[in-house]
Amino acid sequence: MNIKLLKLLNQNAKYSVHDLAVMLDMSDEEVKQEIESMEREGLIRGYKAVIDWEKLDGAYVSALIELKVSPQPDAGFEDIAKRIMKFNEVESVYLMSGAFDLCVIVKGKTFQEVAMFVAKQLATMEYVLSTSTHFVLRRYKEQDIELVDSDVDDRRKISLC
Amino acid sequence: MLDYQKLLNPTILNIKPSGIRKFFGIVEEMDDVITLGVGEPDFQTPWHIRQAGIRSLEEGKTRYTSNWGLEELRREISNYMSRRFQLSYNHRSEILVTVGGSEAIDGAIRTLVSPGDEVLIPIPSFVCYGPITQMAGGVPVYIETKAEDGFRLTAKALKEKITSKTKMLILPFPNNPTGAIMEREHLEEIAQVLKDTNIIILSDEIYCELTYGGKSHVSIASIDGMYERTVVVGGFSKAYSMTGWRLGFACGPAPVIHEMTKLHQYAIMCAPTTAQYAAIEALRNGDDDVKRMVDEYDMRRRLVIDGFNKMGLKCFEPKGAFYVFPSIGITGMSSEEFCEKLLYSKKVALVPGNAFGYCGEGHIRASYCYSVSHLKKALERIAEFLEEIKNQK
Repeated sequence: MNIKLLKLLNQNAKYSVHDLAVMLDMSDEEVKQEIESMEREGLIRGYKAVIDWEKLDGAYVSALIELKVSPQPDAGFEDIAKRIMKFNEVESVYLMSGAFDLCVIVKGKTFQEVAMFVAKQLATMEYVLSTSTHFVLRRYKEQDIELVDSDVDDRRKISLC
Repeated sequence: MLDYQKLLNPTILNIKPSGIRKFFGIVEEMDDVITLGVGEPDFQTPWHIRQAGIRSLEEGKTRYTSNWGLEELRREISNYMSRRFQLSYNHRSEILVTVGGSEAIDGAIRTLVSPGDEVLIPIPSFVCYGPITQMAGGVPVYIETKAEDGFRLTAKALKEKITSKTKMLILPFPNNPTGAIMEREHLEEIAQVLKDTNIIILSDEIYCELTYGGKSHVSIASIDGMYERTVVVGGFSKAYSMTGWRLGFACGPAPVIHEMTKLHQYAIMCAPTTAQYAAIEALRNGDDDVKRMVDEYDMRRRLVIDGFNKMGLKCFEPKGAFYVFPSIGITGMSSEEFCEKLLYSKKVALVPGNAFGYCGEGHIRASYCYSVSHLKKALERIAEFLEEIKNQK
C-alpha cells in the first residue's frame, strides 16, 4: 500500500499512470500494479467526478437524515444499515456516536421527492424509531474541493523572485 | 522644470534596470498566459498562521514592536535555528527581525561594505546583491557557477576572485534560479578557502526549507570556523507561503547584528507587527505545513524535470528551491529570443536565464509553484513549440 499514491489519486483520480509514476519516482508498471492491487483489495472502491449540482437548476437536492434505531440482538445496527444502503436514493450511510444512531444522506430531484422517500421508506422501516430530516441548502465544499469562491491566483504573472 | 537626471544620485542612475523589464511588461499585459514565471508559492499561508495574525489584530496588537522584533519571536527563531541547523544564536543580541529576507540582505551589505570593497556574488542568482552592493559603494565581483558543477560554488572559482579588497562572499543557496544546493562537503571546501581570511559570508538561506531527495539544508555557519564570520538570512516567505507578510530575519555575530539593528532602527523602525505574531505561530506549529508543501513541490519537481528532459531541453536536477533551469542549447536561440517566441506563439511565460546574470544565457527558468494540471498544460505547449521550430529548420 502506497499512501502517497492514494493521496494523489484522492486529489485527482484523473492523473495518468505515467504522471503518477514520475511524481512518485516509481516505474509506470509499479504504479499500475499498485493501483490494481489496491482496487482488488477493495482499498480503492471507485472513482467519480465531484459535481457542482447547483449549476444544474432543479436536478439535485439532498438531505441529511438523523435516524434513531433500536439495535438488534447480535446484529446491532448492522442489518438495518445494510438494508438502508440498498436504496438508490441513499448516497451515504454512517453509524454515529451521540444523539442519534444512523446518519443517512438522501438525494432526489426535489425536496418533495426526498421528503416522501423518508416518510414512506425510511420512517416505516422496522426498528426505525424516529427520523429527522435536514435539507442541504447550499454546498460550499465537497470532498476537499471548494465549490464557491475558490481561491483565485492573484500573483503577478512573472517576477525574478 | 527640474533636471532630474542631475538631481538624482548618480549611483542609482548607474544601476541599469534589468533588460528583462520590457519582456515582463509584455507578459503582464497579455491575456490567457500560462505562466511558470513567478517565484512565489501558490499555496495560501496556512490558515492557523493567518488566524494568529487576525487574532493579534483583534487583541489590538497594532503598535510598533521593539526595533529588534518581538522578543517572543526572536526566541522562536533562536529555537528554530538550533533545532533545524544546530546553530546557537542569542535572541537578545544575535537575531534581528526584518522586513523580509530582502531587508536583511540590504542591511547586512550596507553595514559591512565600505566604498571600494569587493563583494563576491555567485551567478546565476537572484538579482538584488549587485545593486545593493553598488549603493553601498562596493564593487560586485561575479563568480560564474556552471551546470557541470551542479551550479555550485567551487573552491577553485572562489579562490580565483579573491583579492586584498574582498570584503564579503554572498552564498545564495538553495539557489534561485538554478535550484542548486551546497552540501556539507562542498561547504567545507569553501570554508577551507575562507578560514584564514577576513572575508565575511552573507548566506542567503531563504529557501532552506525547500530541499528534496532526502538532502536537508546545511548552513555554512555550522561549518568549523565559519560561525564567527557568517550572517545568515532567513525568512518566512518561501517556507510558509508568507510572501506578502514581508517578514525575515538575520542571525549573526553580535557586533554585526548590533550595527544592522542601528541601521534598521533609523530606516525601518520595526518589521510589521501583525506579521511577527503570525510568524511566531508559523515557527511553533508550522512544521507539518512545510512538510506538506515540500512533498507537493517535490512531486511537481519530478514532473517538470521529466517533462523538459523528454522534450530534449536538458535539465540539471535541482535539489532545492522551486525552480528548474533547463538548457535551451539545442534550439540555437538566445534565452530572450526563446522566451519571446514561446510567449507569442504559445502564450507560455518563462524567465530568460540571463536575467540572473550573463552566465544564465542559454537557459530558461521555470517555476513549479503551480498546480499539476497547470504545469502539464504549460509543458505540453512548450513541447509543441519545440516541435514547430524543429520543423521550421
